Amino acid sequence: MSARFPVRLDARRGVVDMTHGGGGRAMAQLIQEMFVRHFDNELLRKGNDQAAFDVGAGRLVMSTDGHVVSPIFFPGGDIGSLAVHGTINDVAMAGARPLYLSAGFILEQGLPLADLERVVASMAEACRRAGVPVVTGDTKVVERGKGDGVFITTTGIGVVPDGIDISGDLARPGDAVLVSGVVGNHGVAILSERENLRFETSIVSDSAALHELVATMIEAVPDIHCLRDPTRGGLATALNELSLQSGVGMRIDEAAIPLLPEVASACELLGLDPLYVANEGKLVAICPGHRADRLLAAMRSHPLGRDAAIIGSVVEDAQGFVQMRTSFGGERIVDWLAGEQLPRIC
Amino acid sequence: MKYIDEFRNGDLARGLAARIASEVRDDRDYRLMEFCGGHTHAIFRHGVQDLMPDKVRFIHGPGCPVCVLPVARIDCAIRLAETPGVTLCSYGDMLRVPGSKRRSLIKVQAEGGDVRMVYSLRDALRIARANPERQVVFFAIGFETTTPPTALALLEAEAEGLANFSVFCNHVLTPAAIQHILESPDLREMDSVRIDGFLGPSHVSSVIGSRPYEFFAEEFQRPVVIAGFEPLDVMQATLMLIRQINEGRHEVENQYRRVVTRDGNVKATSLVAEVFELRPSFEWRGLGEVPYSALRIRERFAAFDAERRFTLDVGKGRDVKGCACPAILRGTATPRDCKLFGTVCTPDNPMGSCMVSSEGSCAAYWTYGRFRGRASEVAA
Amino acid sequence: MCLAVPARVTALDRATASATVSLGGVQKDISVALLDSVDVDDYVLVHVGYALNRISAEEARITLELMAEAGLPTDGEAYA
Repeated sequence: MSARFPVRLDARRGVVDMTHGGGGRAMAQLIQEMFVRHFDNELLRKGNDQAAFDVGAGRLVMSTDGHVVSPIFFPGGDIGSLAVHGTINDVAMAGARPLYLSAGFILEQGLPLADLERVVASMAEACRRAGVPVVTGDTKVVERGKGDGVFITTTGIGVVPDGIDISGDLARPGDAVLVSGVVGNHGVAILSERENLRFETSIVSDSAALHELVATMIEAVPDIHCLRDPTRGGLATALNELSLQSGVGMRIDEAAIPLLPEVASACELLGLDPLYVANEGKLVAICPGHRADRLLAAMRSHPLGRDAAIIGSVVEDAQGFVQMRTSFGGERIVDWLAGEQLPRIC
Repeated sequence: MKYIDEFRNGDLARGLAARIASEVRDDRDYRLMEFCGGHTHAIFRHGVQDLMPDKVRFIHGPGCPVCVLPVARIDCAIRLAETPGVTLCSYGDMLRVPGSKRRSLIKVQAEGGDVRMVYSLRDALRIARANPERQVVFFAIGFETTTPPTALALLEAEAEGLANFSVFCNHVLTPAAIQHILESPDLREMDSVRIDGFLGPSHVSSVIGSRPYEFFAEEFQRPVVIAGFEPLDVMQATLMLIRQINEGRHEVENQYRRVVTRDGNVKATSLVAEVFELRPSFEWRGLGEVPYSALRIRERFAAFDAERRFTLDVGKGRDVKGCACPAILRGTATPRDCKLFGTVCTPDNPMGSCMVSSEGSCAAYWTYGRFRGRASEVAA
Repeated sequence: MCLAVPARVTALDRATASATVSLGGVQKDISVALLDSVDVDDYVLVHVGYALNRISAEEARITLELMAEAGLPTDGEAYA
């Protein structure tokens, strides 16, 4: 099906209006000239409301995410690339190879088409680099004031090879806890763009697709127990989630946690704890203790795991505490986040 | 990070820990109040108490301006935020503090109220300039550290004629609070709540100097050591207090000499004196009415005083029944003594200010320390 | 209370009593209106966007020395 549109979409000066979600010609044009043009793959070009494909042997994995980040453009990325990386990562955390993505857009009336194009082009680039295409999607428009520019929902599917079983409830006492690199970059990058905080930093978001790193890790250590990407709520939240799911506790070492000095500084300035600051291109891995060194070497051999480190171990703990030895030499627990971490003055 | 990392050095910590352990006497314990919530936070965050002998106990004081703000004043701020045409600017710390009926500024924001979190007064002034049609009110809190910026902002507003800007002033004073604690009957009558010495606040002292504490040391015969903010500072100051206590001295010593002087920042204190005057009395959560413990905006700046611009009926706020914040703030109870702690009252569902403020005793204890209590319970 | 951090002054605008400070690579614009005197490369204590005091490098050095000394066993002493 190809609908011909006499006048091209004015991507430079135009804005999203209600007709773009109305199901008529305007919407068809938006889909054709914006989404299909950028995402550009065979399945999408067919123009159906769904995509049909074969999957290989193994178990299917599916994951979905809604993305509402504000501001939509930030140092190191945008809501589009974040969405693609985020869903690829969720699928990859099961040890799966991501295959396809779907993308649903909720656009706010008045959103400049230039901004939309920038987001879509960024998503398309992220997909191309990761080798995971967007094969189906949806577009809706809401009235001005009822959406924050653009909300994106991405769903991903992938396949886990037979014999791989990675799940948050498989951590066992004696396992090693590893992290793939420096933490806190994404959250600091986002905050630096927020009004009323205004600080300048060279920190950019670490948003990245981790599926190839995961593939390298699984090849080296097929019996990895858990993988989790520490997004909202940071490393601390991921560790607490895993402890809860597995019914265990953890003991970690503050000095072992990779952290850029500039991220540490930004957190000091705002009174934030870097352990709770979001990441978008990192993962936590839990594996049998005797496999830790091998896994670490595999991680470090990949560009996205260069700064990987063993940060602690899993222990028996009926209360499920994540306990940390501070760099100073004392002990504290690293608890669940309560509400949102806000910058403080006291 | 210069002037931060060096003062968190683990090797120096071990050395100081050994020294402290060797100097504490066998026949007594040492109850040291760290007045300042920032010290509470630092102690817990770095696990400083693990490097101390059991005989040394830190008693957490009321130096948390968020914790000591009475519910009635929070209710006023909430009412201001709910007023049409008002943009309420606040530091992040105050957004989740529960007022009466569990309302908070963040709830007002969720309901559509114009509540803006700011890092600095400069941002509040910017908002006022950019939105002349809005009434921009700044919710001012804090001890003497935070007051000079508010003074500057009011001077700036006056010079500019920034007619839509006003300040809701809740600045409080440290020496008055310390005095009130030391005069408390609980303290005099109960040995279990006895305080042997004070770790003086770092940044309040950088503004007011070390001189104001000399009165307490003399009058109440207790040593005061002004301590820096980093964990090594806390340890060194603790050592200095232990020595004073052992030697029967009660002087003011300054451990934080890289920032604090005897006279403090005279320019800052003069500016504060120009803009603010003492309230004859002010209610503190937990301490009740404390004379000459808080500031209000002088007549000259009345046009920028939110209490005068808006009719604010400072009623009687209500603490949640069973909330032990008052006793905890005075140092006469610990979080574990509170019936609500850990059951109804958690950081996710705070009943009182001690839990919602990141440096409140209850929050600090919950977030960093509650595993200790359990461990010793299990052992018992 | 009173979260304040040490930062280095990298630029000054005396006319507006403003400065740019750097803390480990993070730059922020702040006010120096509460200081009597300040120079580029000074370290200041920053609280809510205002410099409250200068930090004395000499006193910091002495403090660290005292800490190190206090940590050493004196002759004949053994740690408990």
